[in-house]
Amino acid sequence: MLVSEFERLSGAACLTGAYDDREIACGYTCDLLSHVMGRGQADMAWITVQTHMNVIAVAALMDFACVIIPEGLPVEAAILAKAKEEGIILFSSGQTAYALSALLAQNGVLSARKG
Amino acid sequence: MEMLKESYPVAANDMTCAGDVAAKIKRRIKQLGVPAGVVRRVSVCTYEAEINLVIHSCGGRIDLEITEEHILVHVCDTGPGIRDIDKAMTEGWSTASSAVRAMGFGAGMGLPNMKRNADEFAITSEVGVGTDITMIFHI
Repeated sequence: MLVSEFERLSGAACLTGAYDDREIACGYTCDLLSHVMGRGQADMAWITVQTHMNVIAVAALMDFACVIIPEGLPVEAAILAKAKEEGIILFSSGQTAYALSALLAQNGVLSARKG
Repeated sequence: MEMLKESYPVAANDMTCAGDVAAKIKRRIKQLGVPAGVVRRVSVCTYEAEINLVIHSCGGRIDLEITEEHILVHVCDTGPGIRDIDKAMTEGWSTASSAVRAMGFGAGMGLPNMKRNADEFAITSEVGVGTDITMIFHI
């Protein structure tokens, strides 16, 4: 599944503007950053309610395909600026993390394996 | 390749900059053409080490040594030291504050993640003195 397909199917808003499309290799939903570091792999879509600076640091280090913030949670301008600087694609969706995970899974995106 | 050595200081308590050193190290080793899988493992370990220095230590540094055969990451701080290393190495065990936990840290996965991702891992610690971690990644 491509990031652009996720955007179209979910109706999520891309907060970081135009992006180079890329494949989503797997997905993971978690708010504990060390679990994400343990599971994370390149090209992963990560769903989290955390919206602080370290989310961008983790996504950049692990080269994630995109980060998806559920339930319309607000994201500060400084975080968006950092995401753009690091080339991280950040989405905001009104749907729950559960619904977004289901959407990814229904479209063939498998769960991340333990690293 | 000649041996390359670099050292990065990490300040205590500054969560906004946490991850900057790991990002610098990642860029550095990518530039040198280190394979992606090794870059990923070094990134996980240096990030976890950096977070630990910020959250738990009185300040410290991360030293990087790169040769053709390996990457060595050495992490040391000036305290407070770990009282029980066996417990600290257990998944789920953490002494992090509730404020840090609310940010998604303090899951007790940091040291286990480092051990799992490094080819060689050694930790020593003395209460009141500091903690010293050496990790080696074969290229």
